[in-house]
Amino acid sequence: METQKTWKKKPRIKNVFLRYGLLVLILAYLIIAGSEINIDPARIAKGWSRMGSLFSGFFHPDFSSRGKYIVIGVFESLTMTILSSLLSTFLSIPIALGSSRNLVPKWVYLICRTLLMLIRSFHAVVMGIIFVIMFGYGPFAGVITLMLNSIGFIGKLLAEDIENISSEQIEAIKATGANWFQVVAYGVWPQISTRFIGLSIYRADISFRQSTVIGIVGAGGIGTVLNTAMNRYDYNTAGAILLVIIVLVLVTEYISSNVRRRIV
Amino acid sequence: MIEIRDLKKKYPSGQEALKGVNLEVHNNEVIALIGPSGAGKSTLIRCINRLVEPTSGQVLIDGKDITSLNTSELRKQRKKIGMIFQEYALVDRLTVMENVLSGRLGYTGFWKSLFRKFPSEDISKAYALLERVGLSDYVDSRADQLSGGQRQRVGIARALMQDPTLLLVDEPTASLDPKTSRQVMRLIIELVQEHKLACIINIHDVILAKQFAQRIIGLQAGQVVYEGKSDDLDTNVLTKIYGEEDWNVKKKDSNSDDSEEDDAQDIFSLGEK
Amino acid sequence: MPLVKKNDVLEWKRRTPRQTLTRFILLLVAIVAVLVSWSFISAETTWEFVKDAPRQIQDFLSRMFPPDIKYFGKILPALWDTITISVFGTGIAVVLSFFLAILAAKNTSPHPAVRLVVLTIIVASRSVNSMIWAMILVQLVGPGLFASILAIAVRSLGMVSKLFYEAIEEIDKEPIEAITATGASKLQIFVYGYLPQLLPTFIGTAVYRWENNIRESTIIGIVGGGGIGLLLNSAINLLAWNKVLSVLMSILATVVFAEYVSARVRKALS
Repeated sequence: METQKTWKKKPRIKNVFLRYGLLVLILAYLIIAGSEINIDPARIAKGWSRMGSLFSGFFHPDFSSRGKYIVIGVFESLTMTILSSLLSTFLSIPIALGSSRNLVPKWVYLICRTLLMLIRSFHAVVMGIIFVIMFGYGPFAGVITLMLNSIGFIGKLLAEDIENISSEQIEAIKATGANWFQVVAYGVWPQISTRFIGLSIYRADISFRQSTVIGIVGAGGIGTVLNTAMNRYDYNTAGAILLVIIVLVLVTEYISSNVRRRIV
Repeated sequence: MIEIRDLKKKYPSGQEALKGVNLEVHNNEVIALIGPSGAGKSTLIRCINRLVEPTSGQVLIDGKDITSLNTSELRKQRKKIGMIFQEYALVDRLTVMENVLSGRLGYTGFWKSLFRKFPSEDISKAYALLERVGLSDYVDSRADQLSGGQRQRVGIARALMQDPTLLLVDEPTASLDPKTSRQVMRLIIELVQEHKLACIINIHDVILAKQFAQRIIGLQAGQVVYEGKSDDLDTNVLTKIYGEEDWNVKKKDSNSDDSEEDDAQDIFSLGEK
Repeated sequence: MPLVKKNDVLEWKRRTPRQTLTRFILLLVAIVAVLVSWSFISAETTWEFVKDAPRQIQDFLSRMFPPDIKYFGKILPALWDTITISVFGTGIAVVLSFFLAILAAKNTSPHPAVRLVVLTIIVASRSVNSMIWAMILVQLVGPGLFASILAIAVRSLGMVSKLFYEAIEEIDKEPIEAITATGASKLQIFVYGYLPQLLPTFIGTAVYRWENNIRESTIIGIVGGGGIGLLLNSAINLLAWNKVLSVLMSILATVVFAEYVSARVRKALS
């Protein structure tokens, strides 16, 4: 047998038209969309001159002149995180149970899943804007925003866990003649409780991060103070706030991952 | 012709893997390195192509000292040294063909290799080798779809793609079942003879070592404790290499009440059939 | 679950006294924290507004329907911009992360000092939300798509780099050794040894990040300029609730679409 002299790697997409068509489409999109990005050199040049004062602001942070507001802002972010985490921890359980195909009738499942999808599709800031209009400026709107966001997060992940638990244990409990609540308490809960606590802590960590930005739209927290400082070109205070945020985010992340490791 | 002179390796952890090894391997010669785990076999073999940097000593290949080469000279030298690994060391997500062709990387420019544009001689050589190791039907399969024995055959083809003059083989059978182990060893030895290579094989399996190698080197705690023809390997030698206690444990495993000599004979005769 | 001796009678208890005490203290701390948080937030809240909320919500809802169909003429270009922000932001971040990750991974980093610098960049980028990055970048390059794209990119840089360099550190070393042994150059070792192992993780990470960035892009425009967020903000400020509903509906559709695409791509990879 004559040995072959050529070899080509088999392409991932076999259809030639599809393969090159996709490539052309992607390139065309990038070119069209890319051409719409206006980069204004004059404006950037102006901005660069600010770069110096911005950087010097970050390297000479000013904690004192607006110190009171920073402390209040941080405190507000923390309290918003605590309250919203507590509320969402309780409220996410029923919606997670309702979103588990193996536990509830189909119509309940569909309603709960739709609710989850709605909540999850909107960024915290979008919710923040709406709740600020409804409840007025301040941390109350923030708490509601963070709470809903957390419910969406914990609810979805917990529901996925519940759908993956072993059905044998549930059947065993059912076989004893237990009612629905007893099945959940003895068959489902023991299998997901550790994961649920882990999720809640992880989510509290995320909530704290979000609490730093929803203030930009008026929903309370350190973000409000940062926004004010930036609008006043007060880079020294902004630098101080950013440092505080970075440190706090790292600390909460550290605590949250340590606690989660201990539980598991 | 490979000469290893007073080769020492001390790892940063402080562990002395090699404590002055001297060794000669002639052209067309197959030698087996045996010894207990942690004796330094893997380190020794990796010092020859400097996957592990030796601490001191020399490795001379045809009179050229490997240890003094700079990076590009070293790469040139590595082209001529094929290597076969215990866990096959294939790139799982590449096809069999790509894995085999990767043996030519040292001979191919970067851009050509990036776009898989290997010269047609390389391609036909790869097809021929794949046919030789019995994998013609798997050219475009991904490496992770093959069985252990097939994967090791790809590893062998890759090593031979390099047109090596020396073949380093590191525990080629440790992850394979006994039957596949023998097939793979036989294939390696046949190919070594066909291509007239020098070959150093690290091997745990004393029977296979005795059957397939011409010369046996016993390594213990980083030192050569035995060197001789494979036919001369007997229980006394094994005791010397593996230590009295270890050897006794082995003996008990073979559930025989006969004398030491007979017991050992049993093991060896298995290999000569 | 220990047995506790009480009045000379063995009693089964769920927890040891010590466990009970720790739990009690933790509970107490939690209750105090919640109470303090509550009183603080309640003091900062204008309760008249909150009490008024149910009536207001009813009012909003009644004014939301029917959604303003004509407004979609304005929404579609804004959505296009939102997608541009997410695609280019993610793209820039992924390309840069590729190099940062190589510098940050223990096994590929050229020098511990380089590694330390890069890790610091990654941490700083990750800890600051994209909205905050947008606030800073707007001052540097002016409001618009460019600022929004950069904000998304800067934030994603840390997120993506972290996952990338963790993937590099977890790589299977044997194939790398084997490719090295063939006499391949450093670049060839990377292309044949590292890349095939890393590519699936890299693409999966990138697509997942893009899905997240679509959500971020819907709001980044509020500060950075460009995109659907700007439209939402102005509709709300005008109290044009039927327009708000149209915007929310289109955000929903976009995010659901992005989730679908991302799930499909990641499924095809595994």
